[in-house]
This record gives sequence, C-alpha cells and structure tokens, in this order.
Amino acid sequence: MLGSLAGIVFDGFAYGMLLFLLSVGLSVTLGMMNFINLAHCSFGMLGGYVAVTLIDGLGWGFLQTLPAAFTAALVLGAVLERLLFRRSFRATDLEQCLITIGVVFMSVAAAAWIWGTVQRPMQLPVWLTGALEVKGVNFAAYRIFLVAVALAVALVLVACLEWTRFGAQVRAAVDNPRAARGLGIDVDRTFSITFALGAGLAGLGGALAVPIVGLEPSFALAYLVYVLIVVSVGGLASIGGSFAAAALLGISDVAGKYYVPQLGSFLIYLVMVGLLVWRPGGLFGKR
Amino acid sequence: MRTVIGVIAASLAGLAAAPGALAQQSVKIGLILPYSGQFADTATQMDNAIKLFVKQNGDTVAGKKIEFVRKDSGGTAPDVAKRLAQELVVRDRVDILAGFVLTPNALAAADVSVEAKKFMVVMNAATAIVTTRSPYMVRTSVTIPQLNETFGAWAATKGKIRRAYSMVSDYAPGHDAEQAFQLGFKSAGGQIVGAVRFPMTNPDFSAFVQRAKDSKAEAIFIFVPGGTQPAALGKALAERGIDTAKTRVLGQGELTDDEARVAMGDASLGILTVFHYDHNHDSAKNRAFVKAFNGEYGGRNPNVFAIGGYDGMYLIYEALKKTNGSADAEALVGASRGMKWESPRGPMSIDPLTRDVVQTVYIRRVQKVGGRLLNVEIDKVENVKDPVKARMK
Repeated sequence: MLGSLAGIVFDGFAYGMLLFLLSVGLSVTLGMMNFINLAHCSFGMLGGYVAVTLIDGLGWGFLQTLPAAFTAALVLGAVLERLLFRRSFRATDLEQCLITIGVVFMSVAAAAWIWGTVQRPMQLPVWLTGALEVKGVNFAAYRIFLVAVALAVALVLVACLEWTRFGAQVRAAVDNPRAARGLGIDVDRTFSITFALGAGLAGLGGALAVPIVGLEPSFALAYLVYVLIVVSVGGLASIGGSFAAAALLGISDVAGKYYVPQLGSFLIYLVMVGLLVWRPGGLFGKR
Repeated sequence: MRTVIGVIAASLAGLAAAPGALAQQSVKIGLILPYSGQFADTATQMDNAIKLFVKQNGDTVAGKKIEFVRKDSGGTAPDVAKRLAQELVVRDRVDILAGFVLTPNALAAADVSVEAKKFMVVMNAATAIVTTRSPYMVRTSVTIPQLNETFGAWAATKGKIRRAYSMVSDYAPGHDAEQAFQLGFKSAGGQIVGAVRFPMTNPDFSAFVQRAKDSKAEAIFIFVPGGTQPAALGKALAERGIDTAKTRVLGQGELTDDEARVAMGDASLGILTVFHYDHNHDSAKNRAFVKAFNGEYGGRNPNVFAIGGYDGMYLIYEALKKTNGSADAEALVGASRGMKWESPRGPMSIDPLTRDVVQTVYIRRVQKVGGRLLNVEIDKVENVKDPVKARMK
C-alpha cells in the first residue's frame, strides 16, 4: 500500500514536471510579459515535430534533438514576435487572445500540411525506456529523466532572472516599462528576447512531451488547457509558482485517477478551482 | 428592365435545370469526413483509399460518371454533419451519402438519408445501432460488439483466461466495447475483477495502468480510440513493467496500430488484439492492395479506415452495376443486400436482413518477424455477424 503510494507520488510528480516543462515558457510570456499567448503550444508542437523529424529522417540521437527543438521554436518565436505579436503587446486581452488563437489554428493546419495528419511516434534510446524497481516501487526511466530536466530548467531560469544583468532588465522592463526606458534599457529588445526565450522553452517542452503524450497536429490545442491551468494556479510572473503548481496538479491528478478513477481527470479542475478560490492570484502570484 | 429580368429568369431556370440534366450521366457521392481536427488522419486514410479505388477501377460505372463532393465535419459534430448532409442533398444534389468515421455524425446524417431517401454507405462509424437508423443504409466497416464479444468469448475459452480487468475510454464506443467484451467473456465462464473508464482526453495513463496491475488480474482488456492514445497507453504499460507473458494485454486493434507499435517498441510484444483488418493479412488480394496503397501514398500502409472506404466504394460500384446506374435508394439497398465479395481483409458480405457487415474476425499477437514488430494472426472466427442486432430480433 505504502509502496504504491510512493509510486503514485513519483508518477504524479513526473507528470507534473511534464506539465511544468510544457508551461514554463508561458510563465515567461504570459507570466512576465503579460502577453496572453494562446499559441504557446504551437511552439511546443514545432519543437516536437523538429525532434521527431531529426530522429526519423536524419538519425539524430534523442538528446541532440532537444537543443534543436529549443532553437527552432526560439527562431520562429523571434520572427513571429517581430512580424506579428509585437503589435499586440499593449493591446487588450481580447485582441491578444484573438490573434494568438488565430495563430493556433493556422499552426494546426500548417502542421497537417507539412507533416501530415498521421500520429508521429518517437523512439526513445534504450536507456530511457525501461524502469527502475526499488523495493517494489516502479520508477520509469523516462520519468526520472523528465524530473531531472525540469529541475535543471527551473534552476537555470530562476538563476538567470534573479542574478544576471539581463534578468534584472527583464524584471525592470516588466514592472515599469517607462522607468526602465528612462534608465536606458531597450525595452523592445528585452521583450523580443524574452518572448523568443519563452517560445524556445515551449519547443523544448514539446519535444520532451512527445514520448508521453504523442504528437499530431491537434497537439497545439490539446494541451493548451493544462498549460493555462498551471500558469494561472502558479501565479503570474513566478517560475517557482509554476513549478509548485505543476507538481501539485500532477500529483493530485495521478492520485485521483488511481484512488477515485470515477472522477477521472475531472479532479485537476476541482483542484484548480479550489486553489484559485483560496488564492485568486495564484500560489505565488505577485499581481 | 423587363428584358434584364427576363434574362436573369432564363439563366436561373437554366441553372436549376442544369443539375437535373447532369444527373442523367453522373452519380454524385457526398463524402462527409473529419478532414480537420483530432480525427483528421482517419479521413486522410479513408479518402486515400477511395481515391485509389477510383484510380484502379475508373470513374465510370454502368455508363455513369462518378463524382465526389467532399465535406469536412471537423470532428465529432452531429449538428454539422446533419447540416452538411442536407446541403449535399439539397444544393449539391448528391445521390449517395458516404464516409462517416464517427458514430454521432453517422446517426445525424441518417435522418437526412431517411427523409431524402438517399442511399448511405457508412465506411467506419462502428456503434452497433447505426444501421438501424435508416433503411437506406449499408455499412462496410465493422461493429464494435462484432469484434469484442467474439474476443471476450475467445479469451475465456481458447485464451484460457479466467480473470480479467477492463479499461476503456469513457465515450460511447468505449462503453460498447466494455459491454461486449464483458458479455462475451462472462458467458464463456470468465470473471471480470475490475473495470475502469478513463476520460477521452487523457495525456497520462500511469495511474490507470498501475491500478490494473495492482488488481492482479490475469489479463487487462483495453479499448482506446486510435490516434495518440494507443502509444501513450502502450508507453504506460511498458513503464509499469507489465510483462505480457504473465499479465496478458488484450485490446481492440487500435492498441497496436503501426504508430503505437513503434512508440512501444519491444514492450508491445505479446499483446493480443482483435480486428477485422491489418495490412499484414496474408492474401494475394491484400498484398496487391497494400502495394498499390504504398505506391500511391509514400509508403504508408492502409489501416481499417482505408479498408472501410475501399470496400465501401466496391459496394457502391457493384450496386450501381446491378441497378444499371440507377441511384434510387431502394434499388441500391436491394442490390447491396446479401452482396458477397473477397475484400483485401478476407471474405465479407452484407447481411440481407440488417444491411450490416458480416466478416471474419482475426485474433492477432504482436510478434517480431524479420526484425519488425507485426500483428500476426493467430486465430480467426469466420462469418461473424453483429451480435447486438442478432439479439434484437
């Protein structure tokens, strides 16, 4: 009984880390820049397709494809920011929603056109497939890997934002763009880089999610809800908040499905509602 | 002014007359398929098979040119499917309604088939009751109970499984499969030790699989819709360390489709599934079909959606030959009743009473053949009718 509980907590935590990796880019764009980027998972989908194409087409190793997925989404993010999204940074919420959801639909159609409608499986290297069994508790190799990557991403990101000059500029530009401009910070450039970074993180998360959730053109829409839940429960402008929220939601989701399967995945919404009633600004929301 | 109105009136009359005149030489088929959205790939496969059939057999039957009007239902959307069916009948003047991957859409369009007296060919939608909704409807795919009730009985007898756990997706076809498998299994002496339904959009199956594993059942029966879910579920099975030699994994064929086997890798070895078609089926007819399909669509293999579309077109062509090109619904249904043919899937026929498909049901096991993971047929049950409609009478 206790063994299965430990297994469930681990599975839930790993699932939460998957949600965190998928949504951390959005905590940057939506959370920091206050830009409602519903197209977030489109960048994730691009990362996924890039990784799968490199593995299937060019025989790359799984690990090598991860930076490529990150870079591809980052570049596309930078281009789209320049051409499209920059105009909407100061637009109303509704306008931001409309333009980004339009991009989502276009990305779904584009993915179907380029890569076809077929589901694209990803073959993992052998060392990531099996599972480790410790005292009857099952630790899947890929889930251990996900947890490690998520922790690394969270640490690097927090360190960058808190302790580097660029991080300070971003925080300044977000908190008070006028004052930041007055201090000589190039706010537009800072936002461009931040947005591209958010897109790149989405690409990385997308590539990492494919082995668990699969990949097809509806990816851009299918996980949008989960990603938005994580960011809103975590609290805007908080990487740590997203991390905590993702872990909490992942564990409650998996535990709920195990102990009360009748509730199914409904539980994740109950937890969200409960947490938001308790703390409307999210767990670690600053505004 | 009067002349202008006269000209407009004349041209309108001409427009109105034109489709009637054209209908003399052509038979129009309205295809309603989910070309976009979650089920887009099912439409791709089915439409590809339809195109291949027309390419192989020409676009003229019994002196009539076959024309297609394609409509996108965008997914599970009965209201949209009904509207599209109405538009096809009223505006495009189609003679035959065909396609239908999803049951709710087929049920909605059935009403139009009844009202407008149009022949309707269901090429997938696999819930048992679908064909009862229009007397002008014929189905060339499969019914879920046809597969799973047969499989349940097989598992308890030849499969020598006593205690099974059932897990299905929480939607109508999943409920159908759950009920059919349990019925077949229990009637043959098996015992269901637990059952769970998981939500339709479920990215992570680990909890459900763990629960099934902890139930200590000899076998786990699974039904999930095709797409991303079989691979995700297969992954969870592999991670949980479900050893198919100890805990048998049973499922409807989607569970081990081409993409799912790639994602699962060797963990898929030994999984037993039930299906009515696989591109690995060994017959001259199927080899030729697969080869042509591969050649036409970049090496991609046909699946059940493709074979449903291919046989649906065969049925339409043969029925038109029998009616001498008449697209009258009564005549076409009459011509289809009792029709028998050798399909790439094996021998099949249309039940003269229920207008539903009668066919061989295959039990397959994932095995490694020449380094590739394939669904290998290990047993079959011939001439299976839909058991639900057999009980209705």
